[in-house]
Amino acid sequence: MCLPKRNRHESGKTMLDTKKIRKDFKILNRKIWAGKTLVYFDNAATTQKPQVVIDSLVNYYENYNANIHRGVHKLAEEATEAYEKVREKVRDFVGATKNDEVIFTRNTTESINLLAYSLGESLEEGDEVLISEMEHHSNIIPWYLLRDRKKITVKFIPITKNYELDYSALEKLINKKTKIISITHKSNVLGTVNDIKRIAQIAKNNGSILIIDAAQSVPHMKVDFQDLGCDFLVFSSHKMCGPTGVGVLVGKKELLEKMPPFLGGGEMIRKVTFEGFTPNDVPWKFEAGTPNIADVIAFGTAIDYIESLGIENIYKYECGLTEYCLSKLKQFDFLKIYNSSGTGIVTFSNPLVHPHDIATIVDQYGVAIRAGHHCAQPLMKRLNVSATARASFYFYNTKEEIDLFIEALKKAFDYFKVGACKKLNPVGG
Amino acid sequence: MDKSIPKLDELYKEIILDHYRHPHGRVPLEKVDYHAEGMNPLCGDEVKLGLQLKDGKIEKVHIEGHGCSISVASGSMLAQILKGKDIQNAKQISQALKDMMHDKVNGAKDDIGDLEALEGVKRFPVRIKCALLPWTTFEEAIIGHDHIEIS
Repeated sequence: MCLPKRNRHESGKTMLDTKKIRKDFKILNRKIWAGKTLVYFDNAATTQKPQVVIDSLVNYYENYNANIHRGVHKLAEEATEAYEKVREKVRDFVGATKNDEVIFTRNTTESINLLAYSLGESLEEGDEVLISEMEHHSNIIPWYLLRDRKKITVKFIPITKNYELDYSALEKLINKKTKIISITHKSNVLGTVNDIKRIAQIAKNNGSILIIDAAQSVPHMKVDFQDLGCDFLVFSSHKMCGPTGVGVLVGKKELLEKMPPFLGGGEMIRKVTFEGFTPNDVPWKFEAGTPNIADVIAFGTAIDYIESLGIENIYKYECGLTEYCLSKLKQFDFLKIYNSSGTGIVTFSNPLVHPHDIATIVDQYGVAIRAGHHCAQPLMKRLNVSATARASFYFYNTKEEIDLFIEALKKAFDYFKVGACKKLNPVGG
Repeated sequence: MDKSIPKLDELYKEIILDHYRHPHGRVPLEKVDYHAEGMNPLCGDEVKLGLQLKDGKIEKVHIEGHGCSISVASGSMLAQILKGKDIQNAKQISQALKDMMHDKVNGAKDDIGDLEALEGVKRFPVRIKCALLPWTTFEEAIIGHDHIEIS
């Protein structure tokens, strides 16, 4: 099952052999409409899965499906070993030190809820949590819930006009009451990559706990938990070629050990009596009930797959695609583009044609993009728009696909008679 | 199931684009008898609706908000068509539109005027909510709910 760690796709000058890679993803050949092959540019929402990941799921259910950590039979032993092996893979992939610093959840959202609940238990009335204006709802709502439960305050670090985090504002906002800073590594709308090391230093000097939402970074760039210097790192399997239903929480062991459990039930206990219970050790203390065994195992296969390509190669390749897309979008000088750097996400809007209409029209050409608020309504408010359109790339996308996207966009702007596109005949079909 | 590509012209009829570019009902009212705000939390589309009644009939309609061409056009048609109607009749029109979207037979179809142009939206199921948002907001205003979310 394991692929060699060496870059099997490396060939000559091109870092990634996309032609070869694309053969691993059957869905990329799907005809969305007659003659229109899928161009999948919604990778920030979820990525497609290579065949090895799908096979891994099938292999588990066909050959060694069993509950883990309790059976003494052969199947249970194999399933437990495969499941726990993925913990090691995740540890190595994101540079954690110990296996028990890796906890499996359902998704990034659940990881943050776990932290807000469990860390939140030690917060007191008047304490503060700092988040930023570019957060996904998953890194806002858990803190609002905690605010309402514990009478704490949630404050937002603003963004600059260049769509970057305002670090000087952060230094002004932080104070002795700031117990937790929870911030995105990479914005799912702006593509901005925040300087976590810098934030970690500020947090450390202040004695604040630092949580990093790495859902958009871990799949696309080298992320090293120890090097970043944060206390917790959270991300999802499904945004990096793995199945849905698996999230990760990486945390410093000494903090995890002090934290109270989040969910209660089987697996998370050591002993239960008529009077009470003793919680299990980390990481199992935070993994109540039968976990998502099959999907965790297939997530391990996804990590192998990504490592076989090389995360640095993926990063460079996607930067190239993003720059190419941004250069092509320049011809539409009436578009407002919300990205300051090229990291796989391109977000734009225009007051004359709504993002929904753009998305519907490009869909006619097989191009899947996202339109809406991208689960970041406060950010939309800050950008002074109700919605934007977003194209987001992964390593299997190509410049040829971007060309098709640009052609489809032209049709959309023609249809709504926007800007420089003078053609008045709508393109019906 | 029909797998042929739905034609954009069925969705974006010229009459819809006209309403989108020059929407009716944008003048704020000095007083409102019924009011509601509607929102589609999935896409962020927002509608604010106000109605002024005289002698049991809708005399003035105010509608504004952010939205795609379909939701704006549908709201503009609402402002145009509901003027002069009594509440009962207005509700029937709203029902007729919903029935059309969900392929139900409705006797009142003849009365819906420009709204018939929205029939093409049926071929684009994810956009049906866009077309219905102003109408759902209208119905909620009549019931007396100030804020609604459709999902």
